[in-house]
Amino acid sequence: MKKAWRSLAWLGVITVGLTALLAGGVLFSTATWAPKLALDLEGGTQIILAPRLESGQTVTQEQLDQAVSIIRDRIDAAGVAEAEVTTQGGQNVVVSIPGEPDAQTLARIQSSAKLEFRPVIYTDVATSSSVDSTSSPTPEPTDSSSPTPEPLATTATAAPTDASDPNWVSPALYDEYLNFDCSTLEDTNANVAPADEPLITCEQDGSFKYILGPVEVSGETISDATSGLVPNSQGVSTGVWGVFITFNGEGTEQFAQVTERLYGFPDTDPRNRFAIVLDGAVISAPTTNAIITDGKPVISGNFTQETAKVLADQLKFGALPIGFEVQSNETISATLGTTQLQSGIIAGLIGLILVVIYSLFQYRLLGTVTIASLVVAAVLTYLVIAILSWRQGYRLSLAGVAGLIVAIGLTVDSFIVYFERIRDELRDGRALEGAVEAGWKRALRTIYSSKTINLLSAIILFFLAVGNVRGFALTLGITVVIDVIVVVLFTHPMLQLLAATKFFSSGHPASGLDPNALGAVYRGRAQFREPVVAPKSGASREAAKRQTIAERKAAELDAASTRTKGKDS
Amino acid sequence: MAGAFAKFGNDLYTGARSIDFVGKRRMWYSIAAVLILVSIIVPILRGGFVFGIEFRGGSEFVVSEVADVEEQLATDAVNSVVAEANPRVSVVGSNSIRVQTEQLTQEESGQVRDALAAAYDVPVSDVAASFIGPTWGADITGAAIRALIVFILVAALFMALYFRTWKMALAANLSLFHVIIITVGVYGIFGFEITPAAVIGFLTILGYALYDTVVVFDKVRENTAEDGDESRRTFAESVNLGVNQTLVRSINTGVVAALPVASILFIGAYVLGAGTLRDISLALFIGIVVGTYSTIFIAAPLYSQLREGEPAIKAHTKKVLAARALSGASAK
Repeated sequence: MKKAWRSLAWLGVITVGLTALLAGGVLFSTATWAPKLALDLEGGTQIILAPRLESGQTVTQEQLDQAVSIIRDRIDAAGVAEAEVTTQGGQNVVVSIPGEPDAQTLARIQSSAKLEFRPVIYTDVATSSSVDSTSSPTPEPTDSSSPTPEPLATTATAAPTDASDPNWVSPALYDEYLNFDCSTLEDTNANVAPADEPLITCEQDGSFKYILGPVEVSGETISDATSGLVPNSQGVSTGVWGVFITFNGEGTEQFAQVTERLYGFPDTDPRNRFAIVLDGAVISAPTTNAIITDGKPVISGNFTQETAKVLADQLKFGALPIGFEVQSNETISATLGTTQLQSGIIAGLIGLILVVIYSLFQYRLLGTVTIASLVVAAVLTYLVIAILSWRQGYRLSLAGVAGLIVAIGLTVDSFIVYFERIRDELRDGRALEGAVEAGWKRALRTIYSSKTINLLSAIILFFLAVGNVRGFALTLGITVVIDVIVVVLFTHPMLQLLAATKFFSSGHPASGLDPNALGAVYRGRAQFREPVVAPKSGASREAAKRQTIAERKAAELDAASTRTKGKDS
Repeated sequence: MAGAFAKFGNDLYTGARSIDFVGKRRMWYSIAAVLILVSIIVPILRGGFVFGIEFRGGSEFVVSEVADVEEQLATDAVNSVVAEANPRVSVVGSNSIRVQTEQLTQEESGQVRDALAAAYDVPVSDVAASFIGPTWGADITGAAIRALIVFILVAALFMALYFRTWKMALAANLSLFHVIIITVGVYGIFGFEITPAAVIGFLTILGYALYDTVVVFDKVRENTAEDGDESRRTFAESVNLGVNQTLVRSINTGVVAALPVASILFIGAYVLGAGTLRDISLALFIGIVVGTYSTIFIAAPLYSQLREGEPAIKAHTKKVLAARALSGASAK
């Protein structure tokens, strides 16, 4: 009794908690009471991306397919919004996403995210036009260490021996460097400098100008990237957001070699520094404080939590094979009209009414427990979906609505399994309260094992599949978990309480748990009886008699066989 | 009538009434074999499955500078050229209409352009035609198939551990393949388009069919585990009893699961015509019916058959039958 009320109290706490969370989201954040709808039901934004091509360059279908796949991964990593990504006219990539994309989302989709690690050869504070800037770059390279390459002199001497070699700087290059204007960085075609050539570029915010050596470690060797707060050497968080990179074996080795060489330069020399270049612009150029051999560098720059996550996701899924620019960005209406959603909901209601009628017909008043449980499950599902739509960008598509309606069947099955077990126990002659407990123990095992199968499919599909399938898997997973919560915290306690009422425990014919109708002989509380085969026809009586004899014979036979081995049969 | 059904349940529980699912397995296997063959051969004869534009890509028309963005006009215009094209129409921006259809021939494409221009009263030059790639590309299919294989392996492992016999896992998976082949086969036989919604329906069925089998097998496991050596039932009879005892559950669950799906199917197919709702509910309806059937008629007999050859079970069966023959003789 007490336990039953406690379970119901827990359910109340969960429901109130979820409601409070959602209410808080609505009041203080961007949540809405109604779950957001997906592209097919609500429409959204269609972004057409055109490849940035130099004259004469063409884009292959293979590159486009690769780009589509990478862009989809990037969008998926941001939540479960069920975007549509496709190609158009063998030239463009079309991304349709629900809602209005913000600048972050656009950046996430379109930027190529080509990451390169290049050694710094020379750097200086950027000025828009001055040639003879004398101010020093940050890690104060003093004039005595003469970081300023004497281009005309050095070029002639020898071919460069490594990526940090000032011999890379030819007079022409130095001239270009001097005339390079950081404000034009955005306009220049970013990814153009070949990997084995030096690169002139600027810090992303245009504060510093660099001459960088050829690429030493490329982004393709990154095996994973995550974002988080960067800890200091004591492991205490510094409050600065960064991107944590994990290289594969090749990248680790290359990175170790480079840091070893750079560590050899005094830290006042710009050549001690290492530039992390994203799409042609320097994110940051830290000094080399140690030889990094574990292949796990951290990039910190001017990141916010959001920009760090965007970059991490981009690095994880790789660079786009070509750069893209947004050609058009327009709202798009729903592909399925509101009539589809309305019809779906009407169909669901009709189905639900049929389920209610069938339950009442089959289980009489016990059917009301089914209906009440379904209502509780529906409320919880609604709350969870609304919260997910706020926190995870979950969007309800028409397929999702259909999936939820179908989940009714799977949810009701838990109750059916449970009720049938109770009936089985009643047939075995138990009193109702005992039958509820014994039936529950058996039913719970079945419910747990069968729901595990459903949960497994949801989890595996969610983590391994992409696109629409993930949204579906999430819906399935939610309904399975809620189903178990409802049957444990609502249906069972309700039955415990009902079993104590006179109406049910006396086995009223309308209760659905009438022992007489179930073929059991009921003798009062806690009195048991052996299962009774209700003889119906002559044949079955005969069968019962024969079986008893058969049993006796079998026992005799058994006894005989144990006395004298091998004498049976 | 409910009383009669409850009585039916009682008789099934006590064994007073028993339907011989396990014994008549040759018949069920034959039916399954025929259905599977039909599900494979007919779609091949028809020339394979029909995939939606989400899988194959198609043609796209953009009508710009439209005065009245009424979507129905576009649907009618496309249907006047290609019947049953089922175009996807949306409004882009404030004055453009985007129409996506299956891949059209050069000639059809020209006609659709003319029809769209006429419908929206714009010059033909304002109707741009191009082709679009699949939104459900090979990469999504590949990932989904990988996930599926992992799921089947993990589920089999889970069942083998939970039931403590890999034979239940094998029987459940064979029954699962039976369900999936028939469900997908129906799409091929009737030439229904396979869309992402249908694929999601297939995935749901996968989970449902295994789920249903686990529920029934749990009762079978209970019966055969409690039986012990002294039982006067053979192994096959114990399995059959388990199926019979859960038959009422199977029927109730099947009906309850099928009712909402049937109502979506009805509304989706008859009221709305082709579309997401019909695609997903058709797969689900067939899958639920076949899945419930398959657990009873395929999974359980298969499991019994797999175990019957084990020496201990063979010996037990022999003893039970011998005792029965003896008592039968002495009773006369």
